[in-house]
Amino acid sequence: MSELEVLNWARGTGLKWALVIFLIGVVLRLVEMWLLGRKADLSVARASGAAAGWRTLFTRSIPTPGLIKTSALVFVGGYVFHIGLLIVLILFVPHIDLFRALLGFGWPGLPSPVIALVAILSMAALVALLAHRFMHPVRRFLSGFQDYFVWLVTFLPLLTGYLASHSPVVSYTSTLAAHILSVELLLVVFPFTKLMHALTFAVSRWYNGAIAGRKGVAV
Amino acid sequence: MADDRTLGEALAQRGISRRSFLKFCATMTSLLALPPGMAEVMAETLARTRRQSVIWLSFQECTGCTESLTRSHSPTLEGLMFEAISLDYHHTLQAASGTAAEAAREQAMKDNYGKYIVIVDGSIPLNAGGAYSTIAGRTNLDMLKETAAGAAAIISVGTCAAFGGLPHANPNPTGAVAVSDIIKDKPIVNVSGCPPIPVVITGVVAYFLTLGTLPELDAHGRPKVFFGDSIHDRCYRRPFYDQGKFAKTFDDEGARNGWCLYELGCKGPVTHNACATTKWNGGVSFPIESGHPCLGCSEPNFWDAGSFYQSLPTPTTSVTGAAAAAVVAGAAVGVAVGAVSRRRKSQAAKARAPLTVDDLK
Repeated sequence: MSELEVLNWARGTGLKWALVIFLIGVVLRLVEMWLLGRKADLSVARASGAAAGWRTLFTRSIPTPGLIKTSALVFVGGYVFHIGLLIVLILFVPHIDLFRALLGFGWPGLPSPVIALVAILSMAALVALLAHRFMHPVRRFLSGFQDYFVWLVTFLPLLTGYLASHSPVVSYTSTLAAHILSVELLLVVFPFTKLMHALTFAVSRWYNGAIAGRKGVAV
Repeated sequence: MADDRTLGEALAQRGISRRSFLKFCATMTSLLALPPGMAEVMAETLARTRRQSVIWLSFQECTGCTESLTRSHSPTLEGLMFEAISLDYHHTLQAASGTAAEAAREQAMKDNYGKYIVIVDGSIPLNAGGAYSTIAGRTNLDMLKETAAGAAAIISVGTCAAFGGLPHANPNPTGAVAVSDIIKDKPIVNVSGCPPIPVVITGVVAYFLTLGTLPELDAHGRPKVFFGDSIHDRCYRRPFYDQGKFAKTFDDEGARNGWCLYELGCKGPVTHNACATTKWNGGVSFPIESGHPCLGCSEPNFWDAGSFYQSLPTPTTSVTGAAAAAVVAGAAVGVAVGAVSRRRKSQAAKARAPLTVDDLK
């Protein structure tokens, strides 16, 4: 199988099956969680729970005061990596091209060198966070196989994507195939690992905010 | 037919001056990335060389490769040099036909056994016992094996001979394969392209005549000097790719400004060929310069890489139906799993025994 055949497989059959597994997994888990339901809260509401829920969705993205003093690396690295990954994912022109093909609409992107810089910063942040996880005794104790696995499947698309346009040794065909395959691996494991937090964070934040808001706690 | 003239004599008789010949050798040396001193060596060697016997086998093909070499532009030195080799057998170009044509091939093989070059264009069908393409009642497979046996080297010209090409495209009804799938014991150079660039074909022949060996090849058996870089790496529109400036349609402002054709399906990033450097029609232009995306024609299985106008990151097949089915299936499985969980939860609630003081003792 030549490198172009691998690329064609990744763009065709591979992508189709990865999307199918991703969608089945994500919908399955969301529906299952929704069906489990919550107990009816019979207490008298002191304030609107729903409004507090929606507020919390955004306020929890703002760092709490003092966090940078207690764990500066996790604070900075976490923000750089998450925002960087989002920028690379939705503002790189070839990615927008893919979204346009899948969704039917697109949006303007950023120049390639800007995306490359953001990708480098994101990778550096990920490496720093991994090193911190290794070196910090408590974090190392709390980390299991899945933590390292999801780190790897998140890092690989960034690395292969960067190499696709910057590798002096490996051809674009090979690195692009590796990039698409690494994204497909990410899609396949996404619903069944901690990566699902990219979707469930919104639900859990809303509930946390709503529970607190209903009790009259300012959020 | 049999011709004892040297290549130098043949060219001189065609009115090619020594100055022109030296210029050709200097250009060819440069194209082949050989040291500058090799230009003189090439000139002397080629001028002394007897006209190389070449047997051109046309199998399952469209004659585009021959057209590329002979009809793409007004006669040039490359074209004349092609005429100056002893082309002992070629369906399209030779005057003889029928039994006489086949006799010419057999005679050339006998006279130059072990020394002649075989140029193949077209793939070789294997299904139905090879009956999809026959010459003089013989299958392509049979003729290739017989002719290749006495060859010094084989040049697979065009993507069909090099990788199977169009006939090999899914579902490949004729069972078409490349020359290298059949011949394993001879040096083979793949000069891929649909069609290949004339000067690349001539360059490989000139290299072989000068040095007696074949040029360094890449993983697909192509000469690295011509196929080492991707079209994208050598494209004059590359800066627009880096700046994120893309033509969205063939007649928008981006297209008129000569911006990158990536979003219009350009396969330049995954295509290795010399189009962006040697160009076509005597160096006039190449597809991207003419405003059309690269099709990726020098790569294996380029016909099966989705639409020519679909950009590289997009799926080669429609995923809409599968995605919709996946959402429905996910919801159905989710409902089933949710129902089981709720049932288990209510059963656990029913089975729960009240805590008594005795339990705490």
